[in-house]
Amino acid sequence: MADMNKMSLRVMRYNPERDDAPRMQGYDVPWDPSTSFLDALSYIKDTLDPSLSFRSSCRMAICGSCGVMINGVPKLACKTFLRDYPEGAAVEAMANFPVERDLVVDLTHFLEYIQTLKPYILGNQRRPEEGPNSQTPEQLAAFRKFSMCINCGLCYAACPQFGLNSGFLGPAALTLAQRYNLDSRDFGKAERMPHINKEKGGVWACTFVGYCSEVCPKHVDPASALQQCKVESALDFAAAVLNCTKKKEAGHGKQT
Amino acid sequence: MQSINADIAIVGAGGAGLRTAIEAAQSNPDFTVALISKVYPMRSHTVAAEGGSAAVWQASDSFDLHFNDTVAGGDWLCEQDVVEYFVQHCPREMIQLEEWGCPWSRKSDGSINVRNFGGMKVARTWFAADKSGFHMLHTLFQTCLKYPQIKRFDEYFVLDLLVEDGRARGVVALNMMEGELVQIRANAVVFATGGAARVYRYNTNASIVSGEGMGIAFRKGVALRDMEFVQYHPTGLPGSGILITEASRGEGGVMLNKDGYRYLQDYGMGPETPLGQPKPKHMELGPRDKVSQAFWHEWRAGRTIPSPRGDVVHLDLRHLGKDRILERLPFIRELSMSYMGVDPIEAPIPVRPTAHYTMGGITTDACCETSIKGFFAVGECSSVGLHGANRLGSNSLAEIVVMGRLAGEKAAERAKEGGKVNDTALNALSSDVEKWFTGLQNQTGTESWAAIRDEMGLSMEEGCGIYRTEELMQKTIDTLAELKERVKRVNVADGSAVFNTNVLNLIEVMNGIEVAETMAHSAIKRRESRGAHQRLDEGCTERDDERFLKHSLAFYTPGGAPRIEYGAVKITKSQPAKRVYGAEGEAAKAEGKAEGKAGKSTAKKERGNG
Repeated sequence: MADMNKMSLRVMRYNPERDDAPRMQGYDVPWDPSTSFLDALSYIKDTLDPSLSFRSSCRMAICGSCGVMINGVPKLACKTFLRDYPEGAAVEAMANFPVERDLVVDLTHFLEYIQTLKPYILGNQRRPEEGPNSQTPEQLAAFRKFSMCINCGLCYAACPQFGLNSGFLGPAALTLAQRYNLDSRDFGKAERMPHINKEKGGVWACTFVGYCSEVCPKHVDPASALQQCKVESALDFAAAVLNCTKKKEAGHGKQT
Repeated sequence: MQSINADIAIVGAGGAGLRTAIEAAQSNPDFTVALISKVYPMRSHTVAAEGGSAAVWQASDSFDLHFNDTVAGGDWLCEQDVVEYFVQHCPREMIQLEEWGCPWSRKSDGSINVRNFGGMKVARTWFAADKSGFHMLHTLFQTCLKYPQIKRFDEYFVLDLLVEDGRARGVVALNMMEGELVQIRANAVVFATGGAARVYRYNTNASIVSGEGMGIAFRKGVALRDMEFVQYHPTGLPGSGILITEASRGEGGVMLNKDGYRYLQDYGMGPETPLGQPKPKHMELGPRDKVSQAFWHEWRAGRTIPSPRGDVVHLDLRHLGKDRILERLPFIRELSMSYMGVDPIEAPIPVRPTAHYTMGGITTDACCETSIKGFFAVGECSSVGLHGANRLGSNSLAEIVVMGRLAGEKAAERAKEGGKVNDTALNALSSDVEKWFTGLQNQTGTESWAAIRDEMGLSMEEGCGIYRTEELMQKTIDTLAELKERVKRVNVADGSAVFNTNVLNLIEVMNGIEVAETMAHSAIKRRESRGAHQRLDEGCTERDDERFLKHSLAFYTPGGAPRIEYGAVKITKSQPAKRVYGAEGEAAKAEGKAEGKAGKSTAKKERGNG
């Protein structure tokens, strides 16, 4: 560590029991080309200031714990490296979520939205005794990309619509719904569509800025999932209108 | 203190906890299942498992073959009735995961594909590219959302188990976001808290894998079994310890020393197999303990490659070609590029062994119940007796679902019994926990938990690493005893309520030291070499079935070092034999001598004095 360079980081601090508002605090941290922002935050906590709070777990970009803003851009701290910020950097809590303490945000809404969209196999009664479903590599490929979401929330921190309207189900939750809608083993689309179609929080709140896909650390491409959702939603709507017309016609027929 | 009533409380929401919760919820729609975790379920360390999950699947495979691989892989320290149950239930659980939506990799006809893994005679590892644990965990998490009776307590840190009149009655937990303690009462408690490899400095584990579950059970008087057996994974990234899956070798990756030589052929795993044609139980598909031990010998012989983060060898995947790497090992490529700056399509990955898995854990019977009625343990935190002295890769993902289901079923039966709860006694116990916790928050001193954690980790590497000696183990034991005193002088002085990780990290380290002590004390008393426990001191370099074909049991002694006792190993049909791989394994098979087909007559009875 002795010959390591030091870099100045500014880190957002907020203790709700003491502070009126978040503030930035400076720390000098040693670094080499392999040092991630999570390593740097751990260094601060271990040696400079044990009261700093942040979430972390796997430190290999698969558990989704350590989302933060680095110079205003949503990033996983463990997969972002100091070497790419020679001028130093500011580390803040993820945007668009209420801050609980320091870099820890409240993810309650996000998790509720995931649950709302029923992200599990529906309408398939197959039992283990009957053996696995058949699913070709092509059928798997149809949804595979959307199954890679690690629920880190960076896409919510990037989403201007979620920022304006916290009732918006948002990129990751809608992507997960689309993941199951596209799964050849699932028959639950009809149960998910009413939520996807919903006027305020549903997919139509998305204005296709596409920033969610840009910041996604796993290249899940939620923006394309939401575009697909919109097509489904439009078809669903058209079908509903058609059905309604048919019903009316049928009803009319009965009366006469 | 607020009190919440549930029927079953599950601590830990990784793969084992989630599978337990689903089973418990299905078993009785009227049950409330409390699922408690210090992190959101998808942050659990199951997420980092890469290679896959074992289950007999191909026509050329059989339960007997999976049984033999597991028992021989565990150097005959497995509970054979448990292994039998396990291998028979693996396929059902893999299919169950499939039907819950797990995106297992497929063959072109739509059927399940399986891959080779170390120490397994036949390809039987179900996989989802190289994110098998990730997909299993998310499938289980998403499926658990279907059950309204599973009530999640995300980011609740369990401080203690409530045991009253010899029966588990719930837990006391801290709501991390509010800073408030809560009693969660239940007539069955299941610990699914994961392993403890974070007690080593360099390891493949998430930072949360710190061993509190084991620590709590230990202090309640439940023995920690076979704790000296800690697996070093042969291929971690230097420095960070990030896991590079064994599936890299299952797909045909090779291990090279500094001369570009496939050194495993010199350690009983040869002869050299042709490049791109991995052969089960040969060369790179040897078991983890032996492959890690071979690294150590190469290092001592000066044939490893120096790097700024310790010596390495090369894991070469280049001959697999870009397409196969992108299809089967995309995450490995991403990790290698991000954390080492090496693209495995272009260059070999530098790797070295790092601490990975605790074979031992909270002692349970074959149905996952501990010596305390109504208290269960499952998954890596437990020792149900499946892995013996060395776990085979892809048996642990299978364990969490097979045994998770069983634990859920059995815990539901216990919960149904109910019984009379002594309200006053439980409140008094909870009040003691609160006092202790408040004391910790206000503890002052000159020590830092982070420094103690690092010293513990380095000491464990030195004394309880791949090879062990009496002298170095004793040194580690002394260090741990000293750290246990110093930890009482850690400066916390942080009474903040909201997300106070300062005090929680201290609790993790305190538990880690106690768990590390059980490892070191169990290790020094096992005067033989078996599986992941290998000694260099005289008289201890060979396996000694006469004296040590038995489980070690570490018991808590207040204020002192753990007391080590021994328990019998259940042997049903595989008598201890020499553990052989490579050509020696083939020859032994031809003669019908190895792999449990024959054994000394003296080994035919259960052993041990516990």
